[in-house]
Amino acid sequence: MAILLTKSTKVVVQGITGREGSMRAKFMRRMGTNVVAGVTPGRGGEEVDGIPVYNTVKDAVKNHGLFDVSVTFIPGTGLKDAVMEALDADIKWIVMPVERVPLYDILEMVAYGKQKGAMLLGPGSIGVNTPGIGALGWLGGSVEFANKHFVPGHVGVISRSGGQSGTLPYVIAQAGFGVSTVLHVGTEPVTGMSFSDVLPLFQEDPDTDVMAIFGEMGGSHEEEAAQLVKSGKFTKPIIIYVSGAWAPAGMKFSHASAIVERGSGSTQDKITRLREAGIIVVDNPNEIPGRLKELKEQGKLRVK
Amino acid sequence: MARLQEHEGKALFKIAKMPIPQGAVAKTPAEARQIAEKIGKPVVIKVQIWAGGRGKAGGVKFADTPEEAEKIAALLLGATIKGYLVEKVLVEEKLSIDKEYYAGIIVNAQADARCPVVMFSTEGGMDIESVPQDKIALMNVDVIRGFKIYDALNLANKVKVPSAHITQVARLMVGLYETFKNYGARLIEINPMVVTKDGKVLASDCRITIDDSSVIRHPELGIKVARESGTPPTELDKIAWWVEEKDLRGTCYFAEMNNHIQGECFGTIGYHGMGGGGAMLGVDGLNKQGLRVPDFADTSGNPPASKVYRAVKLVFSQPGIDGYMLGGFMAANQEQWHHAHGVVKALREELPKRPGFPVMLLLAGNKEKESLEILREGTKDLNARIRIYGGERVYDTVGLAAEMKEMVLEYKKERKG
Repeated sequence: MAILLTKSTKVVVQGITGREGSMRAKFMRRMGTNVVAGVTPGRGGEEVDGIPVYNTVKDAVKNHGLFDVSVTFIPGTGLKDAVMEALDADIKWIVMPVERVPLYDILEMVAYGKQKGAMLLGPGSIGVNTPGIGALGWLGGSVEFANKHFVPGHVGVISRSGGQSGTLPYVIAQAGFGVSTVLHVGTEPVTGMSFSDVLPLFQEDPDTDVMAIFGEMGGSHEEEAAQLVKSGKFTKPIIIYVSGAWAPAGMKFSHASAIVERGSGSTQDKITRLREAGIIVVDNPNEIPGRLKELKEQGKLRVK
Repeated sequence: MARLQEHEGKALFKIAKMPIPQGAVAKTPAEARQIAEKIGKPVVIKVQIWAGGRGKAGGVKFADTPEEAEKIAALLLGATIKGYLVEKVLVEEKLSIDKEYYAGIIVNAQADARCPVVMFSTEGGMDIESVPQDKIALMNVDVIRGFKIYDALNLANKVKVPSAHITQVARLMVGLYETFKNYGARLIEINPMVVTKDGKVLASDCRITIDDSSVIRHPELGIKVARESGTPPTELDKIAWWVEEKDLRGTCYFAEMNNHIQGECFGTIGYHGMGGGGAMLGVDGLNKQGLRVPDFADTSGNPPASKVYRAVKLVFSQPGIDGYMLGGFMAANQEQWHHAHGVVKALREELPKRPGFPVMLLLAGNKEKESLEILREGTKDLNARIRIYGGERVYDTVGLAAEMKEMVLEYKKERKG
């Protein structure tokens, strides 16, 4: 989706010399992403896979000009400062594949990002993948896997689960369709972008005909998406699955966001609101391919 | 669980110079007596457990004399209240209450907020959810600007707190916000905030939950398991947290849970999911086949094999399981061979003790072919019912659970016969 990523989008990777940073920088580059520079304090002057490393974002900007995107591979407790550094370097689109970020830090960086007019994806987001264009973060896993199973097409995919953001394109490809852009909003209790921030981007995207979404109990992503559809701000068909119907109240699962508290954010409540908004809710994600076929027959979804 | 007990929370209030009732924690009846003597007036004795509603459950008692305090402490210490063993009581001066207020802060994650919300009400002493909306003053806090004393005064003014004690109330709110921020709380409450008959305002009870990811910054809080749950951590939960704490690569989540089957229960499956969303799918499928799931284990975010191995060992250490399922209901972005290696190592240790044991292994995604090969090669000589599947079954929760049920029924029959 050209709105989020094109062949010329200029990317800097913060934390590029770490285990994750170096591996995922190579992955992004092989997926076609224009990774121009990396940053790790104290490692300036080195290279990772031919990508020059700088001590600060400012120094990278001095050498390469402004960046469109920063992807941060920084441990959770250090993320806030890294993100603020990127924001101060006028980067307006930040992807944060980082978990275990202290909550108040998230609030501070999200507030600062808002002040700067930037989009913050995550924390806890494994990123974005636009087949044929590139990837930000590590959505797609390996080049071999992504190239095989992320087929270019017209289904936009959003997920609250990292694993499922790889699985939906996989089953969509098996059903003979393809994906426009796949995006994972992130698993932390507060994220910089919600379904309702992301859907308008897909609305404007000419490559996207319909949406397939993997939702989850807890939080308010699904309710907000329903509201967006109700208000007429999103008009393309949506197919959604919401997991966690069986979950006991008060229990928090491995996803920091999957918390069922005080009856709000329950799966049942979400399903009701989504259906009220006219969104297609499936009981099992394996029903998604069938629903896509129906939309194709109705002329609402292009195959190629 | 990162929830603090009342006395732990009050210790944080003390650091923030917030007025709290005079008192101390007792672990024995004699200590309770000494504390009451020191206070020198009637006291209240409160059990220190995580549950709310302690009063109604008999966990809050009053004593006029130190002797009485000792007797009551003797009754409460060692008792089980709301499912918790009482190991400590808080002995505090009994307040002469004129009014009860409420102050609290939560995080609003909604797209139009993403900020802390300070709540204040003059209707304290009860569950805030039962207070009508118009009796609660709310403020979304801009974290860059912070929460100021005049914000607190405005909130108090809105619900008509009398001038006589409005500044004391506001100072408590500011202290509450500072504590919320400094300790990375997810939720913090003073309930009730008591106005005494002689015009003092104190934090009489509190509830604090620390954000799991902020616990690492506060070793002084002594939180053993930084995971939220409705119940205190079990021994296995504690071991799982130890695994997690020692190695921050990827996630190893494990929690025992109360999972009940509606209708007939055909067996109990030690469950090991991968990646929260998909992991939940598996439990749903098993439940629908009448198979109970006593735990929710989840390894995701690209953990090393050693962490996966420990997760499998934890799942197998639960008594009374009739099967093991690796529910990889996702085409993973992570290289799956780390999982394959960890699972094989654990199965090679566990299965020789359990001939014929049902095992379902579903693994799909990145490096799937190689990973399935590792699973097949590594388990082919084991005497167990092992089924290994990949991407073609990735969302087949129903089919896989049905196969699991079949294997469990065979296994149980075999063991009986």
